[in-house]
This record gives sequence, C-alpha cells and structure tokens, in this order.
Amino acid sequence: MNSSYPTLNYHLGEEIDMLRDSVYQFCQKELAPRAQQIDSSNEFPMDMWQKFGDMGLLGITVSETYGGSAMGYLAHVVAMEEISRASASVALSYGAHSNLCVNQIFKNGSEQQKQKYLPKLCSGEHIGALAMSEPNAGSDVVSMALKAEKKGDHYILNGNKMWITNGPDAHTYVIYAKTDNSAGSKGITAFIVERDSDGFSRHQKLDKLGMRGSNTCELVFQDCAVPAANILGSVGQGVKVLMSGLDYERTVLAGGPVGIMQACLDVVLPYLHDRKQFGQSIGEFQLMQGKIADMYTELAASRAYLYAVARACDLGESSRKDAAGVILYSAEKATQMALQAIQALGGNGYINEFTTGRLLRDAKLYEIGAGTSEIRRMLIGRELFEQSR
Amino acid sequence: MKVLVAVKRVADYNVKVRPKADGTGADLNNVKMAINPFCEIAVEEAVRLKEKGIATEVVAVSIGDKACQEQIRTALALGADRGIHVESSETLQPLAIAKLLKAVVDKEQPELVLMGKQAIDGDNNQTGQMLGALANMPQGTFASEVNIADGKVAVTREIDGGLQTLSLTLPAIVTTDLRLNEPRYAKLPNIMKAKKKPLDVLTPEELAVDVAPRLTTVKVEPPAERAAGIKVESVAELVDKLKNEAKVI
Repeated sequence: MNSSYPTLNYHLGEEIDMLRDSVYQFCQKELAPRAQQIDSSNEFPMDMWQKFGDMGLLGITVSETYGGSAMGYLAHVVAMEEISRASASVALSYGAHSNLCVNQIFKNGSEQQKQKYLPKLCSGEHIGALAMSEPNAGSDVVSMALKAEKKGDHYILNGNKMWITNGPDAHTYVIYAKTDNSAGSKGITAFIVERDSDGFSRHQKLDKLGMRGSNTCELVFQDCAVPAANILGSVGQGVKVLMSGLDYERTVLAGGPVGIMQACLDVVLPYLHDRKQFGQSIGEFQLMQGKIADMYTELAASRAYLYAVARACDLGESSRKDAAGVILYSAEKATQMALQAIQALGGNGYINEFTTGRLLRDAKLYEIGAGTSEIRRMLIGRELFEQSR
Repeated sequence: MKVLVAVKRVADYNVKVRPKADGTGADLNNVKMAINPFCEIAVEEAVRLKEKGIATEVVAVSIGDKACQEQIRTALALGADRGIHVESSETLQPLAIAKLLKAVVDKEQPELVLMGKQAIDGDNNQTGQMLGALANMPQGTFASEVNIADGKVAVTREIDGGLQTLSLTLPAIVTTDLRLNEPRYAKLPNIMKAKKKPLDVLTPEELAVDVAPRLTTVKVEPPAERAAGIKVESVAELVDKLKNEAKVI
C-alpha cells in the first residue's frame, strides 16, 4: 500500500504489489492532478485511454493473444482501486470498458469476435460500453423493451437504452435486446454493436450529480440492422451472459468505493496535521482521532472482504452473494466516509476547492450503479435464505 | 556491451520513517518498501542503453535479505534481462556492499556499472566510489548525462560549480543523479514477464567476501524538533545575532 504510514500487509503477492505500485505512481502523476478539472468541466479525458492501453490496463483479464495482460480479477480490482483513488469518474469509465465490455466479449465472444474487437479495445484505440438499463427497466432486467427482430441474416433493433457509461464516446457496445417477447428471461439476446451502425445514435450526455467526466447518455436504436454474426453467446442466452458477468462486474467495481475511501484518508490525514486550532493540530483532539480510527478500520475491513472475494473469482469460486455483499458494504461505507471527510475538513470540506465534495458525489453512484443497494440486499438475503433451507 | 545495475531495497520515499522504540534502527515494520529512487534512475538508463542498441544485456544485482528479490523483479519488469541476488541477512555497510559488488563485477565482467549516487535510507554516498577503488575502474559520479562511444563514456556530472564532463575509458562506474532521466512505469505485461526471467542467488561465502560490519550503530533517534524562529527588527540586529548568538560569522 502506498502511504506515508505503515499499513497492514494483505499479502496479495509480489506481482500484485508491483502492479499496485506502478498504477499508483502512474495515476498520481498523470491523472490525480487533473481530477478536479475533469469533474468541473464534465469532460472525459480521451488521451488517458491511450495511456491506459500502453500500461496494459485495459485488457487486464484478457489473454495475450488478443492484446491483454493475462492477469486476474484480483489484479483488476487493485487497478480499479488505484485509478479510483486518483479519479473515481475516470475509473468508472475504466471499469465499464475493461470489465463490462472487454471482459464480457472475452468470456462470451466467438473466436472471430474476439479477434475483431479485443485488440483495439485493449490498446486504447477504441472505447467500450455495455448497455442493459432502459428508461423503464433497471433492476427489473427482464422487463426491457429494446426489440431485436430477425430479418434475413440481420437483427433489426428498435428502442432505447438509458444511463449508459461511456455511451457518448464508445466505439464498441455490448447491447442486450429482446429477441422473443413471450420467452421471459429466455427471450433476451446480447449483441455487439458498432458506433457507426446505421440507425444507431446517441442523445446528449447526461448532467450527473457525480462521476462527472465519465460520460453517460441515452442510446437510440431506430431500425438499426446488426449482423447475426454479432450475437454474443447465442440467441435467447442474453440473461445468462449478463448474469455470468455480474459477479465479476460487482467485484471489480467494488474497487471503486475502496479507492474513494483511500482518497478520503489521503486528504483527511495531512489536514489533521496542518489545521491548527486552540494552538495545536486538530488531529490532537480525540473526536478527530475517533473519526480517522473509524475511517481506517472501515477501509481495512472493506479491503479484506474485497481481496477475498476477488481471489475467489480467480480460483473459479465466485460467489453471487459475496460479490453483491462486497459492493453493498463498501459502497455504503464510502458515501458515509466521504461525509466524514467533509466534516473533518469543516468549512474547507464544504467548498469545491477541496476534493471531499467530489468524493461524496462520486461515491454515491456505487449505491446505485451495477444494482442498487436494495437489489443487492434482496439478492443476498434471498440466496442466503434459499441456501439454508 | 554488458551493463550491471545495482538496486537497493529501501523504505519508499513517501514514508515517514521513525526510529524503533529501543533506538537500534529505523522501524520498518509494515512500511512500504521500494527501489531506491536513484537506483531506479540507473535501471532506466541501462534499459535506454539497451533500447538504443548500445547495451546487449542488462543485469540487475541486489544485496540483502530475501525480500530484495522484489526489487530485482521490479528491475526485471522495467526491462533488465536477468537478476543476481546476493543473499545475506547481516547488516551490510557500504564497504561490505562494495566488496560484494567487486566480486560480482569480477564474475560478470560488465563494461559499465550503473548505480545510484546514494540510497535514501543511509544517504552514505560511498559505495560507488569504494567499488571504483576496489575494482580499479574509473568512476563518474552524480551523472546527469551519459554518452557512450568508441569504448569511452562521457559523463556530465552535477558539481557545486555547475556541470563537469569527464571522459572515462570503459569498463567504468557511473553513479546517477536525479536529473539523468525520468524512470518509466512498469507495464502490466512486463510485470508478468519478469517472473520468467532468470534470477541467480549467491551468498557472500560463495563470493569469499567478509561482510562483518566495521562500524557500530550506537543509537538511532529522531532529530531534535525545530524551535520556533524569531523576527528581527533590523539588519544590524540580524548581523549581531549571527555573530554573537549563532556564532556563524
């Protein structure tokens, strides 16, 4: 762990330690100084993508054959954590690209699809996105209305997708659509759609509370013809593709709130030394010490859970309730910790010159995106009750 | 041309190091460790020489306990070809390190030895110079520029009066200063490749070097806290205080 004070060694191995150090150095130098600007301008830093690609970060779980780095989910989580520590919004775009889009194509794509799409997505030449949510279908996935009708060797897509991360900037989209209205969860199919497809357009980007600079928009399909060869997995297997990726998605994205929590400590600890009241550093006061004690402990607990769940993914022992559990826990802790960081900085915490307001706005997303806290609780509780029957 | 690069494992430059409670040394428990930044610059220079086609092989060597292999692997991830670890759990002082490096130089016969001008833990700034004397090789210390041509290396050195350029006949030793280059970040695929590169382990006994310390550390304690300064009213008062109170002029 890169910090000025001793921290617990989680023994993630030499490789992961080296990766963390490299990503930390890179992000603190190239990304952190721009984070505030990215937030206030709400502009996605395009040039970072090439740099991420050069570092080998974009296809972290993809094999070398397709331009990836052939590492695992623990590596991905640590990269996500260190990028989030520098800029949570850029990290969200990174997660959507490298896990939701790239890893889904790597896991479910045909040999031809992988050869065609992965090298450019791994190098940073192309940006990836995944689209599941619709204006009227979020947590209730099966209620999606985007239609895909077979016509010869093409499928004609009609409908909308909403809140799509990287939507405005992406070149390659994984899109879930209804191929059979009467088949329920078996009636959904995943497609790979290219940016320039006729009948595919993007509405203007959304003005969000946080995660600004990670561009989000609505996707519009009007008689958009997609070749049947672009089906990801097979017809009617969309929900299976989606569900098989969700555990990894939640695990990797949980690196986000953990990185934000570390960023909270990164700003609060020096402040507690620098800020003097009543003739001493405010860190001398027990109420402030209690605050940082809670912050450190909650961060350490979130980390330990996260690394355990990520390791399980690498060992092929991924667990649905724990993938949901780790993002549920760390996301809620991150929002609360950002509030405490604002409190620790007092008046300064409330003005936008300091980073704490941004940390709060960014953290809140993780209680909503990739399944709300409510859905996660329902899922964990339901599964636990079923499994203990 | 073969280049030997020495890398040292030290507490990361960000870490606020504290003495152990019993005063026997620095408390490094759970502290982030890293390659000494000057050594990292030496590795970068060696890798650039290889990329320019001047160096054919870059060998990274580190001396110390088993944990040093982490820093050798980092050097391998940055582009070194193979590693040598001289394993010893003794407290090693600059003279012992220089003697061990001399033995490695005899064994490897590099044409250029690159190392940091000093390490940020002890700040000794001795090992490169001692190695020069022991190996009877010319040395260019505090390098801010290195150019190799026709069996010679031109070393631009940062000295008090400005810059000085020396021409050394190879084989030679160059110690690196901060402005020589800006080290790269290890790329992920190279981190994966690093573990497949060869890493040989030697011991001081195998190299027939006596590493017994010559100096004893009496006590390690934090520097005294700086007292608050004062404001003076006039230049005359300042001169008076410098003369009679601080006794520096």
